[in-house]
Amino acid sequence: MQLARDVDITKKKVRWGEWMIESSLAICATISVVTTAVIIFILAKESMGFFQVVAPTDFFFGTSWVPLFEPSSYGVLPLLWGTLLITFGAALFAIPTGLASAIYLSEYASPKTRSIVKPVLEVLAGIPTVVYGYFALTFVTPLLRMLMPELQVFNALSGAIVVGIMILPTISTLSDNALRAVPDSLRQGAYALGATSYEVTTRVVVPAGLSGVMASFLLAISRAIGETMAVTLAAGATPNLSFTFLESIQTMTAYIVQVSMGDTPAGGIAYQTLFAVAALLFVITLILNIVSQWILSKFREEYE
Amino acid sequence: MNSDLKLASDNIKARHRKAKLFRMFCAGVTWMGAGLLAILLIQVTVDGIKWLDYQFLTSFPSRFPYKAGVKSALVGTLWLIVMIAMVSIPIGVATALYLEELSRKGKFAKLIEINISNLAGVPSIVYGIIGLAIFVRGLGLERSLLSGALTMSLLILPVIIIASREAIKTVPMSIRQAAFALGATRWQTAWAHVLPASFPGILTGVILALSRAIGETAPLIMIGALTYVAFLPEGPMDSFTALPIQIFNWVSRPQQEFHELAAGGIIVLLIVLLTMNATAIFIRQKTEKKLQ
Amino acid sequence: MIKSNFQRFVSGGLIFLSVTIFGSMSVSAEQLRGTVSLDGSSTVFPISEAVAEEFLAVQPRVRVTVGVSGTGGGFKKFLAGEIDINDASRPIKMKEVDKANEMGIGYIELPVAYDGLSVVVNKKNTWVDHLTVAELSKIWQPGSTVTNWSDVRAGWPEMKIRLYGPGTDSGTFDYFTETINGKSGASRPDYTANEDDNALVQGISGDEGSLGYFGYAYYAANQDKLKLVPIDGGKGPIAPTQTTINNGTYAPLSRPIFIYVRPDALDRKEVRAFVDFYIDSAAMLASEVGYIPLPDAVYAGAKKRIEVRELGTAYHKDATPVSANLLDAIK
Repeated sequence: MQLARDVDITKKKVRWGEWMIESSLAICATISVVTTAVIIFILAKESMGFFQVVAPTDFFFGTSWVPLFEPSSYGVLPLLWGTLLITFGAALFAIPTGLASAIYLSEYASPKTRSIVKPVLEVLAGIPTVVYGYFALTFVTPLLRMLMPELQVFNALSGAIVVGIMILPTISTLSDNALRAVPDSLRQGAYALGATSYEVTTRVVVPAGLSGVMASFLLAISRAIGETMAVTLAAGATPNLSFTFLESIQTMTAYIVQVSMGDTPAGGIAYQTLFAVAALLFVITLILNIVSQWILSKFREEYE
Repeated sequence: MNSDLKLASDNIKARHRKAKLFRMFCAGVTWMGAGLLAILLIQVTVDGIKWLDYQFLTSFPSRFPYKAGVKSALVGTLWLIVMIAMVSIPIGVATALYLEELSRKGKFAKLIEINISNLAGVPSIVYGIIGLAIFVRGLGLERSLLSGALTMSLLILPVIIIASREAIKTVPMSIRQAAFALGATRWQTAWAHVLPASFPGILTGVILALSRAIGETAPLIMIGALTYVAFLPEGPMDSFTALPIQIFNWVSRPQQEFHELAAGGIIVLLIVLLTMNATAIFIRQKTEKKLQ
Repeated sequence: MIKSNFQRFVSGGLIFLSVTIFGSMSVSAEQLRGTVSLDGSSTVFPISEAVAEEFLAVQPRVRVTVGVSGTGGGFKKFLAGEIDINDASRPIKMKEVDKANEMGIGYIELPVAYDGLSVVVNKKNTWVDHLTVAELSKIWQPGSTVTNWSDVRAGWPEMKIRLYGPGTDSGTFDYFTETINGKSGASRPDYTANEDDNALVQGISGDEGSLGYFGYAYYAANQDKLKLVPIDGGKGPIAPTQTTINNGTYAPLSRPIFIYVRPDALDRKEVRAFVDFYIDSAAMLASEVGYIPLPDAVYAGAKKRIEVRELGTAYHKDATPVSANLLDAIK
């Protein structure tokens, strides 16, 4: 081991070595920037090719998604709608339950309970999405069909429920962090004024941690939008613009998987539809993520 | 005088009752979440346990359910873990070290930070498409383990970077300052002091990122891993299959036996994940004690 | 061909045993190495999967992969030189022949079995006793306005008819549309399209008003969940069975299914061994998965084609219809 006193850091050799290492680390760091650039470049390039054949207005406002048949139609709204249905249903389930869990964990639960529930939520978060697809197909759908016989085998409701379970830990954990960050002094002050725990929670703590809570909602929604395997297995492969949870629909992600299960050869309009849909997906999730970060930084209330 | 004012104490009983109900509601919802997990695990176990035996682990997939097994899938997954680790850990940790220790914290570093946060939120299927375009088609690597490993590395790189940074941040400034005071350069400090100190945190983060990687199916489907594979890969350029792909394949078949096989495959996958997570926790506890 | 698990076990074991004995007798003890890549039709997939699995017992060091990109998707890869063998549930199209000539890629056409393309409905469907070709066309043609079962035939319920079928890359799709609607690729687009026939089975089995079509093997493997529809091609309703497909009375939906092999791939010993093995075991394995084996003479003709590397297709000369007598085609 070289002792510091033997190393003259003004010596050129050491500085040169330092510079080499710094540069290689910097290069590693730029890989992340390069990745983003590459993603944007590839998505944009193929989408450009796509939009030379299909008018953007047809794509964004068309109501019929029939890319592979003759006559073809490239309106993405049915796919977007399918994604929206799943996300909406999932959020409807996950937001109240996630928030309630977070409140319970941060406000009511004893440390012992926390030590049980928190790991459980972490396990729930770590379960691979294909397992949720399996769960939807073999448990949720048969159960729902017993209650609602007119439910199809492939339907949006099972997909929404299962995606909701999947994003529940995201909301729960992040909101719990946000609520715990609220200083105790605020709670104590409210209790001192005679408020009940319900009032303290809903009128003091949650509003104080609102930025973190809202950010968690947006992140969870972003995750639901990008979810692929559960909806591919459970929700079906029919682009469908009707407002129904009982029928088969197709999300943007399921379309991408379905087309490429045939391992789409390069070139041709079918290949380009993959990129157009993926580009749309990328932009939507990017906007959601940026907005959630912005909310976190701008509206975080500092108390101490 | 009291009759004109509506005091808080008037409906105090009602308000407290409301609070109690609310608390019960929150508790109930939380336990329901735990209950859902229990149902999921029980369902999978009940369906799959009867297929789980030595033969299941050592057989290739077959058209006969009683002969089918996860051998090629399990080996493929293990190959992926090793290859992904070899690619993503050096790059990820190097990036984290750079951002925390060596950079001048200027505009460049800020740009990278924003980048990484956004990359972490990109859906996995977009990574799959990029992998298809760059590795399979662009570099001509075809449906090989290498394509799969590189695609998945891109996917979890942001996660590793973020987790490593968190771990590095927890190292007290005093360690660094002591090293500087003794004349060490930034790199020497980082390599000889900060990295060893943050090692347990980094390792935990890395293992968690890897367990996320091997549970992902969509990117592997995109690069074309969805084929019948009844052999063990012998090199990074070989075709392969992986546990999530095999599970997906079996779930897609309509026969009940294949669904149960899928459950068996899920159990194997969950055991692999559990082992990885337990290792992470174990290492963290062991090395944390050492540093105390 | 309903088989209980025990029957399947026994027949599978017998097949396994006989193929191993047979295979190890016919192939020299030489242990080959290498890869054989197949892709293409989901209809032919059950046969190719079975052949690959049995071949593994004989030549454990040869890696065989089988993909399911659809006949059309498989041809694209075949013509790009990415795969050795294309599973095809229809003959090669003129477009693909032109591309092959343009790329200078040869192909050897080998029929492997007969399929009776099956039309199925949900098990709870009590009203459909048979369908005529005209009714099928009415349901499936492009621009079709059929939405309820009552639109197809008077007296049928007012229930919404939900359609399931293969996607546009599928040879089954090409064949069905050409035979029923008159032009390959002409179909109404508003149905659940999936190259994966397993997904179609799942969908149809859970949907009371459903109707779909795919290769007979997928019906055979799921008879407890599906109801087969006899088709009236002009001579009365006929259901697809071994006999009716073999003697051609199940018309017009009987068809041969193929594999196409690249002649340059045959230079590799492992590919040659695999293809020989395929044709040798096709009769046994095709009927195991639910298809109809061809007459021995046709298989012999196919083996000769491999031997002499005979290129080209028997179709597209004088507009030969696809279900023409295979014996003539193979000569």
